[in-house]
Amino acid sequence: MSTSVEPAVKKEHPMEKILRMDRIPHIWCPTCGLGTVVTALATALDESEIDLNKVAIVSGIGCTGRVAGYMKLDSFHTTHGRAIPFAFGMHVARPDLKTIVFSGDGDLVSIGGNHLIHTARRNADLMVICVNNFIYAMTGGQVAPTTPITAKSSTSPFGNFEHPFNLPLLAASSGAVYVARWTALHIRRLTKAFKEALNKRGFSFVEVIAPCSTLYARRNKLGTGLDLMKFYHDNCVIKHGCDLKEVDIDYQSKIIVGKFVDIEKPTYIDCLNKGYKQVFGDKYKPYGGGDGNNGN
Amino acid sequence: MKAKPENVLTGSHYLDGNHASAEGAIAAGCRFFGGYPITPSTEIAERISQRFPRIGGIFVQMEDELASMAAILGASNGGVKSMSCTSGPGFSLMMENFGLGIMMETPCVLVNVQRGGPSTGLPTLPGQADMMQARWGSHGDYEVIALAPDSPQESFELTIHAFNLSEKYRMPVLIMTDECVGHMTEKVVIPSADEIDLVERKYTDKKPGEAWPYEWNGKSIPPMLPVGKGYKFHITGLTHDEKGYPVINAEAQEKNVRQLIDKVKKNADDIIWLEEWDTDGADIIVMSYGISSRVARPAIAKARADGIKIGQIRMITVWPFPEKRIRELAGKVKAMVMVELNHGQVYLEMDRCAAGQCVTAVVGHSGGTVHKPDDIYKVIKDVVK
Ligand SMILES: Cc1ncc(C[n+]2csc(CCOP(=O)(O)OP(=O)(O)O)c2C)c(N)n1
Ligand code: SF4
Ligand SMILES: [Mg+2]
Repeated sequence: MSTSVEPAVKKEHPMEKILRMDRIPHIWCPTCGLGTVVTALATALDESEIDLNKVAIVSGIGCTGRVAGYMKLDSFHTTHGRAIPFAFGMHVARPDLKTIVFSGDGDLVSIGGNHLIHTARRNADLMVICVNNFIYAMTGGQVAPTTPITAKSSTSPFGNFEHPFNLPLLAASSGAVYVARWTALHIRRLTKAFKEALNKRGFSFVEVIAPCSTLYARRNKLGTGLDLMKFYHDNCVIKHGCDLKEVDIDYQSKIIVGKFVDIEKPTYIDCLNKGYKQVFGDKYKPYGGGDGNNGN
Repeated sequence: MKAKPENVLTGSHYLDGNHASAEGAIAAGCRFFGGYPITPSTEIAERISQRFPRIGGIFVQMEDELASMAAILGASNGGVKSMSCTSGPGFSLMMENFGLGIMMETPCVLVNVQRGGPSTGLPTLPGQADMMQARWGSHGDYEVIALAPDSPQESFELTIHAFNLSEKYRMPVLIMTDECVGHMTEKVVIPSADEIDLVERKYTDKKPGEAWPYEWNGKSIPPMLPVGKGYKFHITGLTHDEKGYPVINAEAQEKNVRQLIDKVKKNADDIIWLEEWDTDGADIIVMSYGISSRVARPAIAKARADGIKIGQIRMITVWPFPEKRIRELAGKVKAMVMVELNHGQVYLEMDRCAAGQCVTAVVGHSGGTVHKPDDIYKVIKDVVK
């Protein structure tokens, strides 16, 4: 006698709507934190009302930079450091889309640091996700402007002795209207932060501390990706809205996480429209961008 | 398709090459400009910033040239015709994402108003020494299209043409002008909109789910996919396949790079524009482009008055190089002379194509001013000896 049983494994991946299943398996190492962060974004996109046809995602180069290639969205894998200006051009051309930048710490704050501060200054309506794994992972684990003091990397074999950036302070002081920091452990809160950032008008910046198990954890003898997750569990302190001067990250010590900034400010395009309207009066037609098919 | 009347300042104007180029861009339907100020190109940005707000365009002064080039690629992929301008030092910075534009096959226009180099060089004075950088300045193997106007009138016309070529061949197109043409003021006649032909972007007519961004077929240029319409496509600067997905192996590289090269090489006859005078039956041909082709004229006239059978070629398109025509002529003439504001860059191509069939020479110059016609005349006299 045969009984019909539910298959133990569902054929359809729960994220099939948002991930490019034809590109899976991905290139990331087992226990890398990136998968969790991508899941959080996929969940946020799924659960918010947003029309997925109207979302574009742009990445730079790095392990994190590969994210754009795995998202079933209009997606652009650009050059190292230039995801933000590429996305800015896309956004200005198509303000009707929500444009997301998803890239690494080295990409966004080292080689691309100038673009980060200027695009935040303009308050362009972009959502920036910065995965901070304290290292240049893709190239084999070199020191980054985010590497904590004394942490080792392949190019700081005796430890890093430079001051690292405090990313939330950098983003907020440059003009971002939404700034949060979570880790790959805080999936629920991270997903919520992504949802808030998706709905935010203006420049939002979410830093996500995530384990690079293969390079950062191994070189610093911190164990596996799971050990780093345990470390986040034991050492993260949630302090919403705290003074951003306090959120520096020292080597293997407490990490302050939370939503730090959530303010309203006219966006880049709001400001142009307001300014030109004052100058040209009613003759001025507020800028809304093209619809992408007529090329004017 | 014809230009839109509201984009065209029909009439006779007195404009410099840079302003004329800006008007050409507007007539072509350009609506996004990202740039960073640099002499002697800035007047293009200034005019665009003055004109755009009232016609629904966005001018952004970007934080640097790296960002400028990246932003115009982003805007173009968003469906808006886009452009930037720069000069030497900025051109060096733009080379990074110029390569991305080549690899992503993204239409856009970049004007380099050449000044003297290397490095900061001569900010306010002319040069034509970025020609090989235009050809090879971004890493990797690829073909480029570069146009060289010789007057403000042509700056207007070639800017429109550059947009048309960029849409037709789905790639960034360079306008390699120079400080003299950029800053020289002459009469510019802007025709009526219905006299200006525009090439509009070809988007796929397939449905989402059935179309890929690079459906290479070895013949036609694959249509682009529009954003925001459900195609959910992916494109990358990595070596990729028809789907736009990265593929890291030699076969994919061969297919991808071959496409970038073939689309220009196989269409060279359509892309290359030359102007020729008295080349039939000539013993000597003087070749040049941009401002140098105007400076060469008195020297050619003087040589002709001496009884020398001399012709002239002006390259409107410098890249791809008019290889076929030069090989053909080199077999018929005694000598070919290149006049350019560098010490023999495009000359190398002329010499290669002449392949020993005739004598070749370059009238070199370090830049900072134009040639003295007499220096050109002397080289002409030298090669006829
Ligand atoms: C202009 C340029 N310089 C250097 C590189 C090499 N490179 C690739 S990824 C990378 C660092 C990536 O670090 P990060 O952005 O932190 O990403 P991760 O791999 O850590 O996720 C570097 C230096 C490059 N691709 N382009
Ligand atoms: S090298 Fe590090 S960041 Fe890159 S995939 Fe592996 S674990 Fe993740
Ligand atoms: Mg990193």
